[in-house]
Amino acid sequence: MLRVFWCILTRDLTLALRRRTDVLTTLFFFVIVVSLFPLGVGTEHQVLRILGPGVVWVAALLASMLALERLFAADYDDGTLEQMLLTAQPLALLVLAKIAAHWLLTGLPLVLIAPLVGMQYHLSETAIGVMMLSLLLGTPVLSLIGAIGAALTLGLRGGGILLSLLILPLYIPVLVYGAGAVEVSVIDLSDTMPYLTLLGAFLMVALIFAPVASAAALRISIE
Amino acid sequence: MTLNWFKFASPPSFYPIAGRLIPVFWILTVILLLVGLYWGFFETVDRLGGNNPQKEYYRIIFIHVPSAWMSMWLYIVMVGWAAIGLVFNTRLSFMMANAIAPTGAIFTFLALWTGAFWGRPSWGTYWDWDPRLTSELVLFFMYIGYLALHSAIDDVRRADRASALLAIVGLIMVPVIFWSINCPDPNQCAALHQRSGLGRMDGNILFAMLTMTLAFWMYSFATTFMRLRGIILTREAESAWVRELLTDGDKA
Repeated sequence: MLRVFWCILTRDLTLALRRRTDVLTTLFFFVIVVSLFPLGVGTEHQVLRILGPGVVWVAALLASMLALERLFAADYDDGTLEQMLLTAQPLALLVLAKIAAHWLLTGLPLVLIAPLVGMQYHLSETAIGVMMLSLLLGTPVLSLIGAIGAALTLGLRGGGILLSLLILPLYIPVLVYGAGAVEVSVIDLSDTMPYLTLLGAFLMVALIFAPVASAAALRISIE
Repeated sequence: MTLNWFKFASPPSFYPIAGRLIPVFWILTVILLLVGLYWGFFETVDRLGGNNPQKEYYRIIFIHVPSAWMSMWLYIVMVGWAAIGLVFNTRLSFMMANAIAPTGAIFTFLALWTGAFWGRPSWGTYWDWDPRLTSELVLFFMYIGYLALHSAIDDVRRADRASALLAIVGLIMVPVIFWSINCPDPNQCAALHQRSGLGRMDGNILFAMLTMTLAFWMYSFATTFMRLRGIILTREAESAWVRELLTDGDKA
């Protein structure tokens, strides 16, 4: 079981690293969106400090959603996905491996670049630390929930825009608590604990149910 | 005698029944609407009691609350039919879920719309990020997502099953979303809507509100069945019984 997981994970990572631009575009999309806001709302430090957490989180939401389209698309186009459905291995496990690879390529870079965008918004060091932690817990949830939508919209025309319509409302809880944790950390660091534990709880629940739901969605999409 | 639960699960046997039920539901809708509106306008007090400043405009609740209730209830019913369809693989269940969605979306919109007119005089704003407002808006997005996904997929079977799965995921997420908006700060929760209870309400107001709810419910039945008949005819257009029906004229 673990070997199958590992096999898919390394395969997806290798494939992605052969075509690095895909990974980098997501990352730069995130950076560009975050950089545009100060130009729109003004560069006053006080305003930016208040807007920062929310803007970074919304940008993370959009970036991970844009990348979702590619989660199954390539494998669907060349027929690999169909073969995966036919294997004796549990499909949910294969899907989980694909989601894990997807998160390593699109979610983790966002976490790592967070200090840089945090500095753009004059966030304090503790706030940046909390932001990285909340992104670390939250972005996997985004990938997990998003995978359901990606599986449902597989191979549809206008799939990308449809995907955002289906998935963005489901991202709300992660957004609320992810951005909330950073906002609260400015006032009192000890208050961030409930936010982070809730994000952790979302991650646990999503880890269990989302791969199963995505697997069911894949079976519906490919019949 | 054993009851055949699946007898009416086949479109040919349900189609005529739906046709016979539609007028009944329309008549019920009109009667209940007339009673509810009459009671709401003429038999209730002009202003809410106590130190409540709300005057005539509080009558919006006779539309607002029933439509908000129906919007949530219809989503649950829709998911119920979608789940039954996934489990038993019955065609009619999916058609049912599909027929309910537009009515549900309309009620959600109506609840938001009337809520805005309520909010203006009582809160001084058309819109605020109150938990119930926001979750009603999210529910509207859910309906739209369901309809959009269904119409984006050409293959009817895949469309049915994919949107059914989406609706189920949505139903699981709605409470999570509601609580996350309700308590954006886990350390403390706040809301604009007052806590309410049916028991504390004036009898006449309660009567008008429940009558209106029943009227909206009957309206949902009527429109759903009308839409359902349309969907059945479209999907079964190739089958023998529909051809027969169309050549003989609509006897049902």
